[in-house]
Amino acid sequence: MTYDESTAKLLAKDAAEIFARYPVRRSALLPLLHLVQSVDGYVSPDGIQFCAEQLDLSSAEVSAVATFYTQYKRRPNGEYQLGVCTNTLCAVMGGDEIWRQLSERVGVGHDETTADGKISLERLECNAGCDYAPVMMVNWEFFDNMTPESALQLVDDILAGKDLVPTRGADKVVSFKEASRVLAGFDDGRADEGVSAGRPSLAGLDKAKEQGWKGQDT
Amino acid sequence: MEGAGHVTQLTPVLSATWGLEHSWNFDTYRAHGGYEAATKALAMDQADIIQAVKDSGLRGRGGAGFPTGMKWGFLPADDGGPRYLVVNADESEPGACKDMPTMMAAPHTLIEGVVITSFAIGCDHAFIYVRGEVIHVYRRLMKAVAEAYDNGWLGTNIKGTGFNLDVTVHAGAGAYICGEETALLDSLEGRRGQPRLKPPFPAVAGLYARPTVVNNVESIASVPSIINHGVDWFTSMGTDKSKGMGLFSLSGHVNRPGQYEAPLGITPRELLEMAGGIRDGHTLKFWTPGGSSTPIFTDDHLDVPLDYESVGAAGSMLGTRSLQIFDDTTCVVRAVERWTEFYKHESCGKCTPCREGTYWLDLIMRRLETGRGTMADIQQLLDTCDSIAGRAFCALGDAATAPVISSVTLFREEYERHVTEGGCPFDPAASALFDYDSAPEEAHA
Ligand SMILES: Cc1cc2nc3c(=O)[nH]c(=O)nc-3n(C[C@H](O)[C@H](O)[C@H](O)COP(=O)(O)O)c2cc1C
Ligand code: SF4
Ligand code: FES
Repeated sequence: MTYDESTAKLLAKDAAEIFARYPVRRSALLPLLHLVQSVDGYVSPDGIQFCAEQLDLSSAEVSAVATFYTQYKRRPNGEYQLGVCTNTLCAVMGGDEIWRQLSERVGVGHDETTADGKISLERLECNAGCDYAPVMMVNWEFFDNMTPESALQLVDDILAGKDLVPTRGADKVVSFKEASRVLAGFDDGRADEGVSAGRPSLAGLDKAKEQGWKGQDT
Repeated sequence: MEGAGHVTQLTPVLSATWGLEHSWNFDTYRAHGGYEAATKALAMDQADIIQAVKDSGLRGRGGAGFPTGMKWGFLPADDGGPRYLVVNADESEPGACKDMPTMMAAPHTLIEGVVITSFAIGCDHAFIYVRGEVIHVYRRLMKAVAEAYDNGWLGTNIKGTGFNLDVTVHAGAGAYICGEETALLDSLEGRRGQPRLKPPFPAVAGLYARPTVVNNVESIASVPSIINHGVDWFTSMGTDKSKGMGLFSLSGHVNRPGQYEAPLGITPRELLEMAGGIRDGHTLKFWTPGGSSTPIFTDDHLDVPLDYESVGAAGSMLGTRSLQIFDDTTCVVRAVERWTEFYKHESCGKCTPCREGTYWLDLIMRRLETGRGTMADIQQLLDTCDSIAGRAFCALGDAATAPVISSVTLFREEYERHVTEGGCPFDPAASALFDYDSAPEEAHA
C-alpha cells in the first residue's frame, strides 16, 4: 500500500462512511471504486489494493469487478471527460458528425486522453436523454441538443480555463475527480443548482396546459 | 374504448410538478400534495395497500409489464428476517429517457412511493440503484433522501407509527445489463453485474439471498397517486388490461420531442400530432414502440393502441414506451447496425448464444452497412438470430435480435440495395439536425 499516511487515513474514514450505508460490507465495492477514482483519477493499482484490504478480497477479485464497468478507468483519466452519445438515435441526429469533428480537433480517439491530461474522449451508449439529441456528457453532466460548433466550443473553453455550464445540471461542471467523489455518495452541495427540467421534459405538460387538460385532478 | 373522433387527453400526474420553480425540493412537493398519500398509507392495513395496488391493475413500468401488486404478493410470509425493496433506476435501454427527468425534477415522488411500498411489504431498508452516468440525478436523489430524513419520512419511528425505514441511493458504474433485475442485485452486492438463474426469483431469494421486490422508478412513483386518488381513478385511465397513465418518451425526427404522460392505449398517431408531427418536409419511416429491444414499426402501425396487448398483437412490445422516431432520410441498416453494436458491447459474456451471437451479428451488420456484404449475409443474419433467440440466458440476447429480424422483415429491399450498390445509399448528413457536408471525408478515400 503506497498511499501516504494522510491520504490513507482520509480514505479509510470515507470508506467507513460508505460501509455504514449497507447491511453487507461487500456492497460498498462500487462506491469504493468511485472513491479511489476521486483520488487517483482512475482505478489505480493502489486503489485496487485499498479496496481489497478494506473488503478482505484479493486484488484479482477487485480487478474482476472494476473491469466489468465502463465508468472505471484503467488509465489516468483527463480532468474533463467528454462523452458523445453515438447510440443510434443520437448518432443519426448528428452525434456521429459531432464525434468525428471533436475527435479530430482533440486529436485522440475513444477512451483516450490528451498528453496534457486535460481531456478524455469517449463514445457513449444511450445516456437516457434521447429527447435532447444529440447528447453529450461532460463528467456525467448533460449537454443537450449539441452541434459540432457547441462541442468544439467546449474544447476551447476548457483550454481557456473557463467553466463549463451544463444544460441540465450544476452551475458548472466539476472535475472528473470531484464528480467521482459525488458518485461515491459524498454530497458536494450542488443539488439545488440548475433547472428542474428542460423544455422536452415539459413538452406534454405544456401541451396539456395549452389544451386545458387537467390529468392531475381527480 | 371510445368512438371515432375521440381525442385522448394527456394526463400529467407524475410530471405535473416538473415545471415548478425548485420542483425537486421537499417544500415544493409538500405544498402540492406531496406525502399526503404516505400519511394515508401509514394509517392503512399493509394488506389493504397491496390489495389496492393489485386492484389498480398497475403493471411494471420497467418494460416487462408484470402486475406490481401481484409481485409484492409473492413475498413469502414474514420470518422475522430482513426483506428489501430495490428500485431499478438504471434506465439504459436505448430510447428510454423518462426515469431520469422524473428523478431530476420530482425525486420525492419516488421517495414517497418507496416509503409506501416499504411499509406495505414490511421492508426497513430500501435501495435505489441509479445508473452512474447522470451525476445531477444522483445529487437530487441524495438530497431528497436527506430531506425526507429531516422531515421525519425516513429513519426510525416514522410519524410515530413505529415503522422504520432507511434508504440507500447507490450509483452504478456503466453497464446496461445491470438493468436486468438479477444482474442489478449482483452489482448491488459488489460483484460483476451478471444475471442469476431464475428460479429462485428475487421475491424468494433476492438481495443478500433475502426476499426482495425489484421495481422500476415509474412503477414505484405511481403508487402515491393510486393511494391518494383511489383505485377507481387509476382504472378510469387506460384500457381493459393496461390501466393507468404512463410516460411516453418521443425522440428523433419529431418537431417537439419529449415526455408525454398519457393513458395507456393512446395511439402513436395522437402522440405524434401532439409532438408537432415529423420534422417539416419529411415523412415517418420507422419507429420503436418501446426502445431498441422491441421490434420496429412503420407508418402502418400508427393506430395501434399503445397498451401491452395491442402492441404485442401487432408484433412488438410496449416495453418502456420509448418511441424513437426516424424519418425518410434515415438508413434502417445504419440504425440497426448501431443498435447491434450496442448489444455486442453490453453482452455480459455469461452465455455463449448471446456472447458469440451478438459478435457475429455486429460483424455482418457492419459488413452490410459498409457495402461489403452479400445477399447470403442477409440470410445469415436471420440464421444467427435463430441461434440466439430463446437460447440465451437472459432477455438481452432476445432483445439483440428484435431490431435485426424486424428490419429485415420490413425493409429487406433496403438491405439488398446495400449489397447491389456496394454501399449505403443514404447521406447521413440529411438525417442530422444541423447542416454539414459529408462529402469531404470521401474525397480523401
Ligand atoms: C437487459 C435488460 C435491461 C433492463 N433494464 C432495465 C432498466 O434500466 N430499468 C428497469 O426498470 N428495468 C429494466 N429491465 C427490466 C428488469 O429486469 C425488471 O423487469 C424490472 O426492473 C421490474 O420492475 P417493474 O416490474 O416495476 O417494471 C431490464 C431487463 C433487461 C433484460
Ligand atoms: S443473454 Fe447476454 S447479457 Fe444475458 S446472460 Fe447471456 S451473455 Fe449475459
Ligand atoms: S440515444 Fe443518445 S441519449 Fe439516447
